[in-house]
Amino acid sequence: MEKLTVVEGIAVPLERAQVDTDQIIPAEFLKRVTKTGFDDALFYAWRQDPDFVLNDPAFANPTVLIAGADFGTGSSREHAVWALRDYGFKAVISPRFGDIFRGNSGKQGLLAAQIAEDAVEKMWALIREQPGISASVDLVSKTVMLGTLTVPFQIDDYTRWRLLEGLDDIALTLRDESSITEFEKTRQSWRPLTLPAQ
Amino acid sequence: MTVGRTLAEKVWDDHIVVKGTDGAPDLLYIDLHLIHEVTSPQAFDGLRMAGRPVRRPDLTIATEDHNTPTLNITKQIADPVSRIQIETLRRNCEEFGVRLHPLGDIEQGIVHVVGPQLGLTMPGITVVCGDSHTSTHGAFGAIAFGIGTSEVEHVLATQTLPLKPFKTMAVTVDGALRDGVTAKDIILAVIAKIGTGGGQGYVIEYRGSAIRALSMEGRMTICNMSIEAGARAGMVAPDQTTYDYLKGKPHAPKGEDWDAALAYWQTLPTDDDAVFDAEVLLDASELEPFVTWGTNPGQGVLLSDAIPEPESFDDPNEQASARRALEYMDLAPGTRMKDIRVDAVFMGSCTNSRIEDLRAFASVIKGKKKADGVRVMVVPGSARVRLEAEAEGIDKIVEEFGAEWRFAGCSMCLGMNPDQLAPGERCASTSNRNFEGRQGKGGRTHLVSPLVAAATAVRGTLSGPWDLEEAR
Repeated sequence: MEKLTVVEGIAVPLERAQVDTDQIIPAEFLKRVTKTGFDDALFYAWRQDPDFVLNDPAFANPTVLIAGADFGTGSSREHAVWALRDYGFKAVISPRFGDIFRGNSGKQGLLAAQIAEDAVEKMWALIREQPGISASVDLVSKTVMLGTLTVPFQIDDYTRWRLLEGLDDIALTLRDESSITEFEKTRQSWRPLTLPAQ
Repeated sequence: MTVGRTLAEKVWDDHIVVKGTDGAPDLLYIDLHLIHEVTSPQAFDGLRMAGRPVRRPDLTIATEDHNTPTLNITKQIADPVSRIQIETLRRNCEEFGVRLHPLGDIEQGIVHVVGPQLGLTMPGITVVCGDSHTSTHGAFGAIAFGIGTSEVEHVLATQTLPLKPFKTMAVTVDGALRDGVTAKDIILAVIAKIGTGGGQGYVIEYRGSAIRALSMEGRMTICNMSIEAGARAGMVAPDQTTYDYLKGKPHAPKGEDWDAALAYWQTLPTDDDAVFDAEVLLDASELEPFVTWGTNPGQGVLLSDAIPEPESFDDPNEQASARRALEYMDLAPGTRMKDIRVDAVFMGSCTNSRIEDLRAFASVIKGKKKADGVRVMVVPGSARVRLEAEAEGIDKIVEEFGAEWRFAGCSMCLGMNPDQLAPGERCASTSNRNFEGRQGKGGRTHLVSPLVAAATAVRGTLSGPWDLEEAR
């Protein structure tokens, strides 16, 4: 994973709460076996509406998505993160995220920044006045800058450290492989096995 | 003095491989990893690229469920994209030595039906799957939760996950359910009460006399929809009901292993002096059949109620969501739920497709004919459930009613296979999500219990079994 410090670019206001992952990417696109090329599927149903915000030329080639509360609830599909990333988004801002979505974002280098609900509404208002304005999301100082606004955001320290260092989770865990092997030696024989023991 | 621990804390503590310090997560051991075709191909690709094996194929099991057809299952899958995904799973399982129950196999079915029916799901273990409804398995007193594809790869490679402990929430449901009121109504009422974000960051433990009185199927229905309240996991403490269900299942412990397991399981229930981070109370005796009117599972009311005015919600965001939902659902505030006419009824999904659910559905429709113009689809959760139902004659009852008796899979819960609603169609569904377009582009979903699904199929309008009795 590449190291991530500051994300900067056009901010898109998604003025909706409870955006579930079925809306971010409908199930019909989950049949693919690849991990890239999902940009066409992002918000597929909503994009059929010419008035949907992503169809506004002012928000072409966006980088930061600013959404209402409970963004990414529902299905565990990591495809939601891949679709946002493939479309060009590098950060998503919301007052509250679905737990699985937030975890998936951290694994894929998509910055999920949690900020207060009133700050989100101020940002939406500012973008309404200046559509196409850039936001800067700084992971080092944990702040979002948008025009005259500077707002602190929350992200858990461990995810922040991993993103800043660009660390791969599996490689990190495998540093503890001897502990895993030790733990497995104590595993009780009643615990489930799907195959005859090796 | 030691402080008591909750069920979730006990199971968690017994799976810590490395305790996290300075804000780092714990490294948690995973006892059982369930795999299906949709969220695994990219994970296996990741292993291949890094040259890593599956660390514990003997703790991993795969089935095909999300995009498999429920008709003509012996023929080649018509949709080439679905077919490639299924074939990819088969190749990956072969290459990495993972046990697979493919379409046509007696153990094939929805992954959350298959785990329990094999006896692989048991108390005191950790279960993960690349599917948010993995919370189902918590009904046994396991910590079970959905993960993304990166985490699927992580578990395949290491059999562990780095995780921060969840906060704990007790949802206590006391009192006796009235006839015609089910586990599904309990969980829909819980979600309406705490909201779709109310459980975020928590593992919910369902407690109280109403939960204790439920069968394992009912407990699975409740834990299944924990994610719809935002909680990654839901749990019920194991008891005699759990042990009776598990004993004799193919992979349940046997002999001395059973005795050792049972002795351990009996230590798992939450200590009397344990403290939960949050508590919610619900009176089961006040419950009636519960149905949704909107486009998230928290937007529900009693079947006997009417659609609320958006302005009746305190939160402006909820008001906006309600207005948007009603527009999508083509419904007006004040409409009585029982006046809503449906085009389709879907009986199935990992929430309600087990044998007890099918029996409940069949008990209402037996000897009746479905309402004109309503399409009714019954999809058992697994091939084994299908056979069991057929041995009881449920397939005949379904067919004589005028409904379709299908093969096992996720089917119209998410419409990845051909089982979909047409744009504008309205469905009473025993599944778990009423999101926009969930059951097909432009489709409209009302979440209901199997009893309500059955009564609705009889009358053509949202109905409960009580409405059929009154009509007699």
